[in-house]
Amino acid sequence: MRSLLRWETALVLLLVVVALTGQISTNGAFLDGGNLFYLGLDIGEIALIALPLTLVIVAGEIDLSVASVLGLSSALVGWLWNAGWPLETILPVVVVGGAVCGAVNGLLVTRLGLPSLAVTIGTLALYRGLALVVLGDTAVADFPASYTSFGTTPVPGTNLPYPIALAAVLAVLFGIALHASSFGRSVYAIGANEEGARFSGIRVKRIKLILFVLAGAVAAVAGIVYTFRFSSARADNGVGLELAVVAAVLLGGVSIFGGRGSLFGVLAGVLLLGGLRNLLILRDTSTEVLTIVTGLLLLVSVLAPSITRSLRKATT
Amino acid sequence: MTALALRGTAARRLSTRVGRVRELGIVVALALVVIPTAIVNPRFVQPQSVRDLLLNASIVALLAVGQTLVVITRNVDLSVGSVLGLSAFLTAQQFANHPGTPLLAGIGFGIGIGLACGLLNGLLVALGNVPSLVVTLGTLYVFRGIDYALAHGRQINAANLPDALLDLGSSRVLGVPVLVLVTLATVAVAALYLRSYRSGRELYALGSNPEAAKLAGIPVAKRTLTAFVLSGLIAGLAGALWVARYGTVDAAAGSGLELQVVAAVVVGGVAIFGGSGTVAGAALGALLLGTITSCLVVLQIPAFWQQAISGALLLSAITVDRLLALRLAKALRTTEGTSHA
Amino acid sequence: MNTRLVLALVVSGAVALTACGGTTKDSSSRQTGGATNAAKADPNAPLKEGLKITFLPKQVNNPYFTVAQKGAEQAGTALKAEVKATGPSDAAASSQVTYINTAAQQKQNALVISANDANAVAPALKSARSQGVKVVTFDSDAAPDARDVFINQARSNDIAAGQVKLISDAVGGSGEIAILSATPNATNQNAWIEVMKTELAKPEYAGLKLVETAYGNDDDQTSFQKTQGLLQAHPNLKGIISPTTVGVAAAARYLSSSEYKGKVQLTGLGTPNQMRKFVQDGTVKSFALWDPSKLGYLATYAAAALASGQITGAEGEKFKAGDLGDYPIGAKGEVVLGPPQVFDAGNIDKFDF
Repeated sequence: MRSLLRWETALVLLLVVVALTGQISTNGAFLDGGNLFYLGLDIGEIALIALPLTLVIVAGEIDLSVASVLGLSSALVGWLWNAGWPLETILPVVVVGGAVCGAVNGLLVTRLGLPSLAVTIGTLALYRGLALVVLGDTAVADFPASYTSFGTTPVPGTNLPYPIALAAVLAVLFGIALHASSFGRSVYAIGANEEGARFSGIRVKRIKLILFVLAGAVAAVAGIVYTFRFSSARADNGVGLELAVVAAVLLGGVSIFGGRGSLFGVLAGVLLLGGLRNLLILRDTSTEVLTIVTGLLLLVSVLAPSITRSLRKATT
Repeated sequence: MTALALRGTAARRLSTRVGRVRELGIVVALALVVIPTAIVNPRFVQPQSVRDLLLNASIVALLAVGQTLVVITRNVDLSVGSVLGLSAFLTAQQFANHPGTPLLAGIGFGIGIGLACGLLNGLLVALGNVPSLVVTLGTLYVFRGIDYALAHGRQINAANLPDALLDLGSSRVLGVPVLVLVTLATVAVAALYLRSYRSGRELYALGSNPEAAKLAGIPVAKRTLTAFVLSGLIAGLAGALWVARYGTVDAAAGSGLELQVVAAVVVGGVAIFGGSGTVAGAALGALLLGTITSCLVVLQIPAFWQQAISGALLLSAITVDRLLALRLAKALRTTEGTSHA
Repeated sequence: MNTRLVLALVVSGAVALTACGGTTKDSSSRQTGGATNAAKADPNAPLKEGLKITFLPKQVNNPYFTVAQKGAEQAGTALKAEVKATGPSDAAASSQVTYINTAAQQKQNALVISANDANAVAPALKSARSQGVKVVTFDSDAAPDARDVFINQARSNDIAAGQVKLISDAVGGSGEIAILSATPNATNQNAWIEVMKTELAKPEYAGLKLVETAYGNDDDQTSFQKTQGLLQAHPNLKGIISPTTVGVAAAARYLSSSEYKGKVQLTGLGTPNQMRKFVQDGTVKSFALWDPSKLGYLATYAAAALASGQITGAEGEKFKAGDLGDYPIGAKGEVVLGPPQVFDAGNIDKFDF
């Protein structure tokens, strides 16, 4: 546990370093309210999806289909909108649709005992394919301004983008669920030792199913946010996002083996990656530097605990 | 022979039979897909189309061979797309800047780059004792970033490459494209290694039960390193062949291939938790996925369905594998149950 | 079970909301226009020096845009303006938005952009304009109310009609043809394809039949494989039009190494350097384009003129674009560079881009 705490401290330190360097090197433009607003917009969907994905990975599973659920949700919004449905109906229906997608993942993993990596690679293709079938190559762009302004205007009186406000609320809820409830303790137990958890009475299959359903539902919400932000419903929205989310979660100190990690670390990871990207583009650095840095950070995030562990073993 | 030993061999025969049934299953699926398409549009089975089909699948099949070696050991290599891209760009650049480079030397250069990448992956996983999913996700980003940084937005055009290299992409021996022959040769060599060489067989043991393998004296770190080095090497070769096939290369070459490769491997019957599967199966899996794409195009079914069908196919493949594995385990348990003297 | 209860609540809630009426396609009020320019144009205003201009192509690793960028940088030197080029490495619809936002954040004077998707970039462009950034689109337009001026390389009619004529000449006036386009949402592609379809309906092209439009996404490998697909799916295909430099180069490469070389004709919009080999070996008889560097040059001058207050983008205004001379602004803020150039074996060696 101590090595994990040390990683989270390292993350916070890195955040401070990035913020300071950014502020100095851009003459104050980095931490400017307007820029922070753009930063928030950019990380909105990743922050949202990272929340349930953290729980999934802590429980020892993985869900690579989240970006495809985002795309499918976006396609559904566009398709139903063109069919004349009112937005107030479309939104809940699409979220339920996302939950169903998550349930399919969850059932395949819990009832059939299939490995989640393989299953979600399959559903990644399946859901993206369904998005293409639903909306084809076209884009739907005529959403009303009252909804699309979520993507261009902040919450009145602040510099907070609406998606971040939403993510903040959900982060509190997920944080309580993971760190301050018996549900969360069960999730940790399942990730640490599934057999042991089952024998101590934890309903492993049920909890895993709930986690996958949550991942699907939140991915659908992210899809709605994405659609309104760009005022564009497209089947290929969010392609490749899953790797960015997984990278942020792993960077946040969540162990891929399950059983360890904290939501705070994940939020720090999301903020760090988003902030770095924003800073690099603001300084006109090419984004390949960011790609390399993301990869290096990821490697350090797993090597550091491993190295400190072997160092401690060597010195004791 | 005792009744006990007889049942033991029966179980072993059953497991090899299951393996063969699995590969046969892919062949049957291929036939099911190809035959109706050919009936609808005979152009599909004409030499040019068949050649195109094999050529399109051969690069993914090549990557699938390397990936199999890694997956068998209960690891995964997500960086193969980036390694291919880096190798492709650097090889193309080498040929473009030094047109006098001998063909094999240039390809060897590409292989070398792949080998270096694989070595890095292997060292981190084997010595750092860290999960391969995270490591290769990290190197996916690092290698791709290096690729973009070296490319500076440039694109190497086919016009700048020596004809010898481009001809390699389209030339044939006895009607079979050279690239396909290279893939087949790689499959054959890898299959031989896994079946008949001790270090190859130990990869299976490593994936089945890492603790037992260590206790049995198998050099776990060394074998894991070998698997990743080979995967990187093959990805490097695939990169060089990519240049030969497509001619024009930019820094984005190979993006997104890693998931296609893992899908091919899984469809091909390689267990994602390691311990079983064949390279032939993986290559056939790649061929099946590629054929489906082509069939949809030929049948003029909107290409939109291709992804959905691939996904559905992948899910059915792993379900079938799971059911087969359960039956196999049950059969083996019946023999083991009576093996306590 | 709890989940069923939750589901039931959600669904009934949604139904209840519908009953109360809701925001539908028909009922929604559209956002009225973009930032209206209250300022008046002053044609005699001097060109400001030291302007900061961002050049944002569809994607950075596309040789066509690399050439356009050179033109933009040339203009920048002549204008004593600071031109910086940036952009995404993929041509996805929403990839440019972060860069647009950054340009606004950096308080750039002007943004020169070729849009991947007319609508996806519109909200960000409007936001940038409201912060004082002048927006010039070139090559591929955004929604007209989201930008000040659009530099079109040639009239869409001229480009598209020219392409149809080239393929008709190549295949001998009759046969099945297909189009290999770029990304499905690219504004310029869709504009040209619409005109092509109108052209094909004319009596002089009665012998030509358009059987499919495929999308290569401006990705070399995808375009290569889509060409294969077109040939496999349509055994009687006689010609392909590929109005995108990436597509036509990939299609030419595939055709010239296949058995269809010479049997299936290809034309499109390509750069002479990429296509030279294929014109020489007979795969392609002729193709067209314009000079992308002139396009970038003109767009940058337009941006400078806007930022200096010389023009506001209204119809009838004029501005001087350095060495290229005077350019008038047409309807909807559109400026046309000039007619397209046709390349064939006779003149291809004269060009180097």
